Amino acid sequence: MTAGHGTPLKILYFAWVREKTGRASEDVVVPQGIETVGDLVAWLKARGPEFEAAFARSDVIRAAVDQTHVKPTSLITGAREVAFFPPVTGG
Amino acid sequence: MAVRVQEADFDLSAEVCALSASRTDIGAIVTFTGTVRGTAHGSPIASMSLEHYPGMTEAELGRVEAEAHRRWPLEASLIVHRVGTLAPGDNIVLVVTASAHRHAAFEAAEFLMDYLKTRAPFWKKETDASGVGHWVDAREADTTAEARWQINAPSKAAE
Repeated sequence: MTAGHGTPLKILYFAWVREKTGRASEDVVVPQGIETVGDLVAWLKARGPEFEAAFARSDVIRAAVDQTHVKPTSLITGAREVAFFPPVTGG
Repeated sequence: MAVRVQEADFDLSAEVCALSASRTDIGAIVTFTGTVRGTAHGSPIASMSLEHYPGMTEAELGRVEAEAHRRWPLEASLIVHRVGTLAPGDNIVLVVTASAHRHAAFEAAEFLMDYLKTRAPFWKKETDASGVGHWVDAREADTTAEARWQINAPSKAAE
């Protein structure tokens, strides 16, 4: 099963990525061919100006798949949720 | 081993008492408390809000804590991190490490903080005196601090 066969995927946005997209989370159906985190970012960016703005600094934005840190080249196959956020600043 | 994410404040001495109660295997307890600075880039701040990723935060703190236990002979540990709106001077984070000997406790406490700062999904936003919010930028120094543990990993025997 891949995320590209009509399976809903939960996307979460945090901090200024959340502010720029104007939403904390959403359920999306990702089209076939979107296989990596980087593919997903490119697809999200094309959805509207707020996403274009949120992901304009996509080299800065970090991602997690199913609550684990991942790289842009990581696969989203079978994922339940993908989160996008700026570098963390806790502690 | 325990991690907690909470809005409420914590009491350092109560946490240490609970962690070490009726234990005789512990010879060293190290605590670190992080607090809210009243200034940012030389200007006063009115408040700081901490956002996090519920679920992943606890999972990531647990992974960081488990890694510390893998590297050092710890008898007990605790991470408490606050979220929500905090005022200058308020507590943000508490790390407690307990071991038979001090070196493991000292090193593990520093490791936990260095790893937590670069891995745990928290984000700080400072609000200035005029009510304008500014997201805190990640510091390159924090990444450097985390990286040194990868080349300088101590052995289990480092007591």
